[in-house]
Amino acid sequence: MTGQPPAPLHALGPLDLDIRQGEFFAVVGPSGCGKSTLLELIAGLTPATEGTIEFEGQPIAGEAPDGIGVVFQDDASLPWLNVADNVAFGLRRSSLPKDARDKRVHDVLKLVGLSDFSTSYPAQLSGGMRQRVCIARTLVMQPRLILLDEPFGALDQQTRLLMGDELLRMWRETAATVFLITHALDEATMLADRIGVMSARPGRIIDVVDTHWPRDRDSRIIEHAEFGAITARLWHTLRGESMKTIGRSLGGPENA
Amino acid sequence: MSRVAWYRVFVVGGAIALLEVLCLTGIIDKITMQAPHLIVRDLYRMLVSGRMNGAIMKTLGNTLLALGLALGVGIITGALLHRWRALRDTLDPLFATYYAVPVFAFYPFFIVVFGLGDLPQVLIAFMLGVVAVIVNTLNGLDRVPVVLLKTARIMRLSPIDTALRMTLPSAGPYLLTGVKLAVAYAFIGVIGSEFIMSRGGIGYEISFAYANFDNATMYPLIVLILLASVAINGVLSRWEQKLLARRGMR
Repeated sequence: MTGQPPAPLHALGPLDLDIRQGEFFAVVGPSGCGKSTLLELIAGLTPATEGTIEFEGQPIAGEAPDGIGVVFQDDASLPWLNVADNVAFGLRRSSLPKDARDKRVHDVLKLVGLSDFSTSYPAQLSGGMRQRVCIARTLVMQPRLILLDEPFGALDQQTRLLMGDELLRMWRETAATVFLITHALDEATMLADRIGVMSARPGRIIDVVDTHWPRDRDSRIIEHAEFGAITARLWHTLRGESMKTIGRSLGGPENA
Repeated sequence: MSRVAWYRVFVVGGAIALLEVLCLTGIIDKITMQAPHLIVRDLYRMLVSGRMNGAIMKTLGNTLLALGLALGVGIITGALLHRWRALRDTLDPLFATYYAVPVFAFYPFFIVVFGLGDLPQVLIAFMLGVVAVIVNTLNGLDRVPVVLLKTARIMRLSPIDTALRMTLPSAGPYLLTGVKLAVAYAFIGVIGSEFIMSRGGIGYEISFAYANFDNATMYPLIVLILLASVAINGVLSRWEQKLLARRGMR
């Protein structure tokens, strides 16, 4: 598939990628390589100019498919609703009776550790907690595929590690497929079953790394000897691409 | 009540008490102004007698009509301009200089065209308020985060649901600023027009009482206007504060 933002800029591809059901797939790539465009294509927010994207065998054509949830990098919590109403907002379209909805909201808040904050407003929460509200609002719809666009990009390193732990736990408990976009190599290594490495723009997948981590894992995996090796392999592949991007922004010879 | 609120009560109460003393001691003579407690008494008598009900209803009715028009036209125009970039860029400088225009200057012209009825007054009040609503609607819509609109698409909200459940609440506090201004302008437009030339209304009655040295009518009416505008503005400000506090923006 090939993607283009509204301005005629060749952003992506050619790119051929299969995500397996139930896996945790991460994509790393240099800035501006089209990672976010790739995510928007899968989410149905942007139509592909060439090629097709399929979800469960159905083509996605510029409309958000049912069963896909997205957590964006920017804070997407709704400041005029309290935490519980924020999460319930995702269920607006569902035909569930009220008590079943309340239970779903309650369960998801518990899953993301926000049970004690259900009547708080987003403004009263920290950035990490607001992002958990957004994750909860996505999870409550019980998506089969969760797309995460650098969801922890604005958080500090320690919070990120802990959020990673929670994300892994939620992934295990919900059995959903997770597709994570990140620029942090260690984050990709820690979280993913497989990592796709993207080239500089127009972004292509130039390497897919299998981490072989057990499903039951947490952030302590960074102590594992393999962790450094995998991160090193990612960087080995990425270094040249990142240099191209930097060269481009500095007006270097790659600016063709 | 907070300490600042007590100070406020103290300042206003002190000013009224000072006026009372100045009037009672004759430093302000009776022909210039009644003592505040007499104004309150006259206001009470006037409201009980009902002789100003017609004027009050006329002014309030026209103000509400002008306000409704300014809000309806202003919000819809703001929403359309937000979509239509080229037209917005064209009109932006006009909006920026609009409030340099003394709208009242058009009043005689409106009377010539529409006659000495309610329409010219409503039109003046509408013209005063509508641009404030447009500008604040645009400001509010500009501040709706793109990520919320993306979220609406992911949740597959219809365009109407997106407008009512995402855009409107997100832009709400800014829209409310426009509403507050429109309320003030509607009162100013209607009562000001009545002052200049009219066949009725609170503004007309004040001006009529003034011309006839009828202090027992003029001051109570002024106080009535004061109370009404402060009360409405107070309610709207409370609401605005609540919305902003919820968002940690107070």
